[in-house]
Amino acid sequence: MSCPDPGFPQVPFLGLDTLWFQVAGTVCNLRCTHCFISCAPDNHSHGMLDLPTVLRALDEAVELGVQEYYFTGGEPFMNRELFAILEATLRAGPATVLTNGLLLDPRRCARLKRLDEGSEYSLDLRISLDGWGPEDHDRIRGPRAFDRAVAGMRNLWNAGLNPVVTVTELAEGVAGAEGRERFLDRLRSFGLTRPRLKILSLFRLGAEQRRGRGYLPSERLTSGDVIDPERLQCSSGRMVTSRGVYVCPILIDFEGARLGSTLRDSLRPFSLAYPACHTCHVQGVTCRT
Amino acid sequence: MTSDRIAVFGGVYSNYLALDAVCRDARRRGAHTLYCLGDLGSFGPHPERVFPLLDSHRVVTIQGNYEVSLAARRDDCQCGYTDPRDNRFARLAYEYTAEKTPEAAKDWMGSLPAALRKDFGHRSLLMAHGSPRKVNEFLWRSTSPAPFLRRLLDEARTEVLLVTHTGLPWHRRLPDGRHVVNVGVIGRPANNGRTEVVYALLTEGEELDVEWSWVAYDHRRLAREMEEERIPKEFVETILTGWWTTCLEILPAKERAEGRF
Ligand code: SF4
Ligand code: SF4
Repeated sequence: MSCPDPGFPQVPFLGLDTLWFQVAGTVCNLRCTHCFISCAPDNHSHGMLDLPTVLRALDEAVELGVQEYYFTGGEPFMNRELFAILEATLRAGPATVLTNGLLLDPRRCARLKRLDEGSEYSLDLRISLDGWGPEDHDRIRGPRAFDRAVAGMRNLWNAGLNPVVTVTELAEGVAGAEGRERFLDRLRSFGLTRPRLKILSLFRLGAEQRRGRGYLPSERLTSGDVIDPERLQCSSGRMVTSRGVYVCPILIDFEGARLGSTLRDSLRPFSLAYPACHTCHVQGVTCRT
Repeated sequence: MTSDRIAVFGGVYSNYLALDAVCRDARRRGAHTLYCLGDLGSFGPHPERVFPLLDSHRVVTIQGNYEVSLAARRDDCQCGYTDPRDNRFARLAYEYTAEKTPEAAKDWMGSLPAALRKDFGHRSLLMAHGSPRKVNEFLWRSTSPAPFLRRLLDEARTEVLLVTHTGLPWHRRLPDGRHVVNVGVIGRPANNGRTEVVYALLTEGEELDVEWSWVAYDHRRLAREMEEERIPKEFVETILTGWWTTCLEILPAKERAEGRF
């Protein structure tokens, strides 16, 4: 149990709008140097979620009135049950899958399109890029990762699905209005004629701590900080992993962020004692699309 | 026994020509009360022309995020977009509206209710701008699943919920017989390639009847006046073609796929 700590502000729990699934655990086909939960082919600290576990959480989620579902890892498409999981989820509400795009071959994309057509709710795919081209992206993600991600995007687009491309601030100049327009042009050059783009902040955790820098002692919230719960995803979201329910997708490496084994156990306030909470507070970060 | 019928519309966006046409259409179709769920200003020209029409057609109005912002003399519209381009266009529309809206009208906006409850036949009905819990919440059809709407209705203690804000109309009847209706907006078309605008007619009865009325108005005249006022051409294009050119990044996958851009 995490007890309120007088040294940190508390975020209230407002209601479960967003439910995350660490569907591939910390297992990934890449080993990115900025991954804030250090995912890799051999990192099994959180395991794959199986269909029965997801179905149990979905039952609870439907009762609790969840609005939307997100799937991440690791690489979600490494989970062999992902399609069955998505099919069940899309009966309950909209689903978004966060992927590095490597496994999005035409066959998988066609299956995704069929799932999309079978549901009245949205199925969104999010593919991350770390720069304008292979030079930046592959330095972080490994050889050929950029070209393979772009191939995945094209396959989705050709199957009739328009992915949201997410790019971290690491991509030089992308955060400004002009940089953004140029990035959209770049995506158009890949054949995505109606590109969708979201720019993400970085968390100085996991591998990113070693690549960039860790948090400074001053980058902590104190009880004097006035927080806006609506800007923090922990006020209205939770994360299901193979090891239980965590407060948010960012803190799954911290035992103190585990709130219980069922969703109901986890619906309570949380002390913002972690340096990453500082980033959320300052930047109003949300992992939602 | 005559049945009880009301007309409910959202987002006027300074489209005073559509407002007049919609109000006439609603009266012709037998609506005894007309409701507007807020956002009187935005893309369109001459925001001051909306107020006399609301008055003469006796429209009951609640606050949208525009009214909250204008009444408080805020410098942003609180539309809730996350994309920089969308925000740039939202800011242009808001600055124009804020400059042209009479001070007395801004004060009046501050006096409007944030939500409205009424009994409609044997049903309780709640009208809000975004959602009962947040003035700028986006309730899209494809991301508002039934279990979530059930929770919103429970929390708001109502059987029928009417909202706008997103600009796209939809109606969901829950398995328990309750209803959520996003009435759409009359300020701009519904991103479907049609230049008409849409609003909802609700008729009481054993079953609640929700009917959409699509209304044509002199959209070419509106476009001309927008150009004369130097309103961004992207907004004018939407009025003339029926396809959205801005505020696109906030759309979920399904709604985005239905538009042209
Ligand atoms: S950042 Fe994404 S793709 Fe890279 S290792 Fe982590 S989970 Fe895998
Ligand atoms: S890291 Fe962010 S989302 Fe997670 S608990 Fe801290 S403030 Fe909340």
